[in-house]
Amino acid sequence: MADCEAYIAGIFEHPTRLAIDKSVPQLHAEVAAGALADAGLSKSDIDGYFCAGDAPGIGPLSMVEYLGLKVRHTDSTDIGGSTPIAQVALAAQAIAAGKCNVALITTAGRPRAAAEAPGTLTEVPDYPENGFELPYRPLLAAGYAMCAMRHMHEFGTTSEQLAWIKVAASQHAQHNSHALLPKPVTVADVLASPMVADPLHRLDCCIMTDGGGAIIVTRREIALNLGRPRVKLRGAGMSIKYQLGSHFDLTTTAGIESGRMAYLEAGLRPADIKYLSTYDSFTITVLLALEDLGFCAKGQGGAFVADGKLISGIGRLPVNTDGGGLCNNHPAHRGGMTKVIETTRQLRGEANPAVQVKNCDLAMSHGTGGMLDRRHGCATIILERE
Amino acid sequence: MSAPGSLRSPPMQTVETRPFWEAASRGELLFGRCGSCEEKHYYPRARCPYCFSDQVEWQAASGRGHVYSYSVVRRSDPPYVTAYVTLVEGVTVFTNIVDCDIDRLSIGQPVMIGFEFCSDGQRVAVFRPANLAVESQSSAG
Repeated sequence: MADCEAYIAGIFEHPTRLAIDKSVPQLHAEVAAGALADAGLSKSDIDGYFCAGDAPGIGPLSMVEYLGLKVRHTDSTDIGGSTPIAQVALAAQAIAAGKCNVALITTAGRPRAAAEAPGTLTEVPDYPENGFELPYRPLLAAGYAMCAMRHMHEFGTTSEQLAWIKVAASQHAQHNSHALLPKPVTVADVLASPMVADPLHRLDCCIMTDGGGAIIVTRREIALNLGRPRVKLRGAGMSIKYQLGSHFDLTTTAGIESGRMAYLEAGLRPADIKYLSTYDSFTITVLLALEDLGFCAKGQGGAFVADGKLISGIGRLPVNTDGGGLCNNHPAHRGGMTKVIETTRQLRGEANPAVQVKNCDLAMSHGTGGMLDRRHGCATIILERE
Repeated sequence: MSAPGSLRSPPMQTVETRPFWEAASRGELLFGRCGSCEEKHYYPRARCPYCFSDQVEWQAASGRGHVYSYSVVRRSDPPYVTAYVTLVEGVTVFTNIVDCDIDRLSIGQPVMIGFEFCSDGQRVAVFRPANLAVESQSSAG
């Protein structure tokens, strides 16, 4: 990424978690305005726009019109919830190629207000796999549960260890006044919560929230003039994993490849990373990512997360200091945006003081979106405080 | 436990997958086997997802396999079981385990194929514990 020289200049996380009185486009506009204000830029500075399936309309068409943007580059690549993480890198590529100077990335939605379950489809589209899955009543949580079940079988991972991921998130969330679930929970609380799909309990699952967030990515010359802490993109990777029936496995993710690419591009190793925001749709999503990103060996994720080791100030790698999707926010069923936002806060030194990581100069955002068991997309970025 | 047939969404059928659904109606589970690279795949496609050859042949599963992983969906009333079953041919398929004690399932457990009806009358392959397998196929619909 050396010749990209792209920087995260603005971030904004919508404070709402229930948007009864706002439309989805309105939420996209509010987060865009928030990120522009954070960056010290105005709407007329935006010449690139990035959105995904949560944005209403065909690709970026309706939202560019609604926002009144004058763009010369757009990108509506969608690999699921990790998309905004991938789009930071796509924006950097567009900037490096001279296609735009100031890129806006938005995520927003109101699934709570609309009481809309994850993966809700108003009509069944002709995805090639549907005939082979829908008759069996696939449930998103059950897909993740089957990955957890297999991991337990192969490596002896326990429900208690998975529960520690939620406990750490809740310990962080208590310092976040916007968190949907700010109350600390214990391992016993997680295990006592109703079983959704064996072995995942209700508290192993992320929350459902309205709201969203936005990111501004820009080139070096512009970032230098903004007078804000500079957060530079050092490396990025994106990968998609799927199953073909043979050579089948549920214990590894596309994060192996997206992480490898990001480390290679940055010239860094897992030991260099001081903070990690990682996708936490379910507790097992975090555990597999920690292994696949090389923070521990395959199969050792349970020991790595146990006993509060993901809590800021306790373990070697603080994770999701905003409370993550398990406790703070998972807007529009898409957790990638908030991962980039909290990573940027940590690098700027703007995280909640109780969870701010000391000397946080190198950090990672990682996403695992889609369906962990069947097909999912991972995106990884490594960011540096300059 | 047997999921009522009426709960099963009918599978979308295309010209590409019609032989698969016709076989299912006869009580056969097919997967794809590439005549060029010999890799097997599921769900079946006209072109091999490994080597991209169009020399894909249909192969019928013996119906025997074991549980690769599973989950009891307890949020549902009644609960039901989703699973990945690895066939003895080495292909893993997404399915349901039916007619089983949901508290006594385990990874590695031998299972045997059966067929249940979808709401449109199409049959789809399911599995049940091998020791409980019966010759006559379930017709829960």
